[in-house]
Amino acid sequence: MGDSAHPPHPIPHPNPRCRPLSFGPFLLLALLEGTVTAAVLALTAVGLSLVFGVMRVVNVAHGEFFMLGAVVAWFVTALLPGPTALVWLLALVIAPLIVGMVAIAADRLILRRLHHAPEATIVATIGLLYILQQAALTFFGPDARPVAAPFTWRIQLPWFGYSGYKLFVVLAAGLILWGVWFLMTRSKAGLIMRATQVDRDTAQAFGIDVNRVYTGTFALGAGLAAVAAVLVVPVQQAHYLMGGDPLLLSFIVVIIGGLGSLRGTLVAALVIGLGDGVISMVFSPTLAKIIATLLVALVLVFRPQGLFGAKA
Amino acid sequence: MTAPTLKIWLVHLGLLAVLAAAFFVLPSYHATNMARIMVLAVFATGYNIAFGYTGLLSLGHALFFAAGMYGAGLSGLPALPALIAGTLAGGAAAVAVGLLALRTAGVSYMIVTLMFAQAGYLTLLYFGAVTGGDEGFVVPSEARLILGFDLSADAPRYAAALILFGLSLLACLVLVRSRFGRVLVAMRENAERSRMLGYNPYSVQLTAMAISGLYAGLAGAGYAVLFGYVGASFATIQYSILPMLYVLLGGAGIVLGPFLGALVMFYLIEGASSLTTAHLFVVGVALVVLVLFAPKGILGWVRGRIQSNGGATWLP
Repeated sequence: MGDSAHPPHPIPHPNPRCRPLSFGPFLLLALLEGTVTAAVLALTAVGLSLVFGVMRVVNVAHGEFFMLGAVVAWFVTALLPGPTALVWLLALVIAPLIVGMVAIAADRLILRRLHHAPEATIVATIGLLYILQQAALTFFGPDARPVAAPFTWRIQLPWFGYSGYKLFVVLAAGLILWGVWFLMTRSKAGLIMRATQVDRDTAQAFGIDVNRVYTGTFALGAGLAAVAAVLVVPVQQAHYLMGGDPLLLSFIVVIIGGLGSLRGTLVAALVIGLGDGVISMVFSPTLAKIIATLLVALVLVFRPQGLFGAKA
Repeated sequence: MTAPTLKIWLVHLGLLAVLAAAFFVLPSYHATNMARIMVLAVFATGYNIAFGYTGLLSLGHALFFAAGMYGAGLSGLPALPALIAGTLAGGAAAVAVGLLALRTAGVSYMIVTLMFAQAGYLTLLYFGAVTGGDEGFVVPSEARLILGFDLSADAPRYAAALILFGLSLLACLVLVRSRFGRVLVAMRENAERSRMLGYNPYSVQLTAMAISGLYAGLAGAGYAVLFGYVGASFATIQYSILPMLYVLLGGAGIVLGPFLGALVMFYLIEGASSLTTAHLFVVGVALVVLVLFAPKGILGWVRGRIQSNGGATWLP
């Protein structure tokens, strides 16, 4: 069909106020949306992947940490006075701190007492999921609430205008991911975390306080989910049930990328984010999710090291 | 009959007798609750066979429950054949999932079963034109007649729930006291050692899942026929968590555990709902507290306390 000026069957744009886009610009829009999804997803999934890699804990409550980040962002921006951009920046700092503290409490009070045994911690984090969801419902309410974007520039392309904030989200997520990579590969803390990941007992024998590493990793993972939520909440709204999709998608990304592999997680986030953006716009979002969940199950059964992970 | 065998049958048949007598004492509202609890206990009893006895911690049982529910609801059959159709649908779904999921173990098994159940739920939504999607559909009243009894009335409904639960409970009792029941426990305790003794873990676990799926299917079909409603909300993750919660609360690997867990949890949520709207909080706290402080559940604790006469042998 190409991007000729008058294609025979223009694909209707999801927003009916716009003129129908021809295929080329439509694909560009889908890819842009996919990139934003991929960036936010990568941040969330890296948090889940770190926790699984270092602690061997499958954190079912990870999506609720994401939700909590968005809810805290709403409270901060709604309650604090000041210019929009400044309070949003404050939320970007405060939300991961508060969510990180919730994670520290959860690790100290629950996961550590279970000695981080894999199956018991799954059951416990399911319980945590319900507790956090209920807390949000009780104190935040059942309504979806918007958070104002720190700025509202639009970038005018020849075919459509695109939100400058969304491009900023991609940029910010990239920077933070670079920071995580730097932390893990170039810092003492990262070295200690990787040592714990490879062999917990030997690390302990070398004087590493494994329990502290676990608590720190759990807080870092939760904080990354919260940061992702604060970045995306101006274009998505905060809601007490919003944790389900990020949890499912992060699971998909982490498993397809190879459990515990950071590089695999990043590649998979890009593939799944772009794929989800395109498939959801061209076909049905439900169909995209069915395919993705089945893919995850089959990958775990037939290729447990992931599609992009190295052989374990 | 040896002494412990007699005691075991007295305890389990005694519970069923008490439940039968309870109908004549309970007000209508609580009789309906008890019917619901008994159907949910059938579901949890099946979950107990997979998790409590065989050690398979599944997060996908909602799929088998929903298979039974839709198998009965969509078949258009009268109530009795619909129950059979639903039971078989639940078993078939469990075998299909088990064939693939049992190639993994532990955490991977949990995630694979979870993902299959989620795909099943999304498929129900995708084919909303047939399944009614999230809103579901009402089972027509002519499909709720069994031998001329109308299951929407209190007494036939309670009797039907009691018969379903009674048969499930006694079948489970016979199963876990049989040779095969001991093989299931051997799989839970050490699959590799059982393999060395000549048992194939894959086929034993698959059989356990099939039986568990038949129970879930029967419970789902029973729920559709007794309460007259079929909906995709019964395929959500929550309905995989609930039987796990009942089993953990009552006592995993104990025949009476699932019923006790369902009973206590139902009235715990009921009690909390009259005080606050925070019933999710009760479920969450119950899960955390159980896994932290009482991993053996109520009856497991009772069994641990009774040491005289060789322990509580009447609680298999």
